[in-house]
Amino acid sequence: MIDKLDSSLRFHQEALNLRARRQEVLSANIANADTPNFKARDIDFSSSLTQAVERGRQSQSMAMANTSSRHLTGQAHAAGGELMYRTPSQSSIDGNTVEMDVERVNFADNALRYEVNLTVLGSKIKSLLSAVQQ
Amino acid sequence: MPFSNNSMGIFEIAGSAMTAQSQRMNVTASNLANADSVEGPDGQPYRARQVVFEVASPGRLAIGGVRVAGVIEDPSPMRMMHDPKNPLANAEGYVAMPNVNVVEEMVNMISASRSYQANVEVLNTAKTLMLKTLTIGQ
Repeated sequence: MIDKLDSSLRFHQEALNLRARRQEVLSANIANADTPNFKARDIDFSSSLTQAVERGRQSQSMAMANTSSRHLTGQAHAAGGELMYRTPSQSSIDGNTVEMDVERVNFADNALRYEVNLTVLGSKIKSLLSAVQQ
Repeated sequence: MPFSNNSMGIFEIAGSAMTAQSQRMNVTASNLANADSVEGPDGQPYRARQVVFEVASPGRLAIGGVRVAGVIEDPSPMRMMHDPKNPLANAEGYVAMPNVNVVEEMVNMISASRSYQANVEVLNTAKTLMLKTLTIGQ
């Protein structure tokens, strides 16, 4: 029962996770707009989401290598999304590839989509809840 | 809220950028204020200072905030002004004035304040999103 609930919400969970991650990356770009030699980064949202949904987040996590049975096991979850470099349309002389307008547009867009995701998730929870209460 | 489990969260990133930009503005203020300070505590004319930014990423993570790597003194030569009446004038009647470029400092100040504003906006957006996330399913 619980796992059915979980699986119906999992897509939105992964999408929200990735949106939050992307928001963080974009905010780092904006923060480093004046840092020499900083290269702007971004994640490919759709391919990261496909990967997270199809193969699960396990595919992005790193497990500790055990060479003895007495070793502890450990797993580090990657926050998801492979970071890529942005190609600047106008390069600056200090090696910084942050273009403030591009970053701001992406930031606003990502924030809006995050809210859309929240709204959809909220209504989904509501509909599940009403199904439970019938 | 899934914001940041291992790397810096948005609040820390934008906050560090705001700290760095305000330090840059501080240095600019010092430069502008001392644009005519012929003699400092060391007996030399004031030298313009500039901040150097670097990425403050924990470990080798790709993203992170900003850190001020250091404040350097501008190595460019002093501005020589002809003023024979000045007690600090040399034999030819020139006084070494600070190497502060006022126009450059003004541009620096505007740039710093714009970057600061951008980060405030980032912070506000992140705050709104977090508050919305808290009310999920209600």
